[in-house]
Amino acid sequence: MIQLGAQIALYILIASFILILIRLFRGPSLPDRIVALDLLAFVSLAIALLMMIITGKEVYLDIVIVMSLVVFIATVTISKYLTKGGS
Amino acid sequence: MTEWLAFTALILGALFVLVSAIGILRLPDLFMRMHATTKTNSLGIALILIGVILVFPQWNIFFKGLLVIVFTFLTTPLGSHMISKTGHMLNISTWNRYVRDDMANDR
Repeated sequence: MIQLGAQIALYILIASFILILIRLFRGPSLPDRIVALDLLAFVSLAIALLMMIITGKEVYLDIVIVMSLVVFIATVTISKYLTKGGS
Repeated sequence: MTEWLAFTALILGALFVLVSAIGILRLPDLFMRMHATTKTNSLGIALILIGVILVFPQWNIFFKGLLVIVFTFLTTPLGSHMISKTGHMLNISTWNRYVRDDMANDR
């Protein structure tokens, strides 16, 4: 039962991943692409959580903890770089 | 019973992610797209984590999941604020029906 739910959720997440990739390639300005990359990282984090349910291994949760911090640092760094250190 | 709750949480979280993906593809402006992305960052991840906690009923999984939810809720507003400030400073093209811009002098 829960395996079936995880599979269906995985398919929905892959479809949304492709939609966000279209925005990432098409995005007119650079901040649009940053937003799309941020969202892609969160979707891949959700995919890692679903893989934890499907395979039954608990290691994936540590990956999720580390990724949720690294994504924030990457976003802040790219934003600071684009404004050349200004606030 | 717990299985059904976990099933519902997983499907609802995935549907929230799909809604935000459609929003980021269809909405006309950077700020509206950022409004769409918050569904994934808050509700999608939180619901999928609740599903994971219900599937694995152990204390270490519970605390790690709670840690991820707290991290996400703390860091997402900061990152969104930085991106929107950057977009405003870079003077990106906005939707043509905005009425006023209170930060127009701060560029």
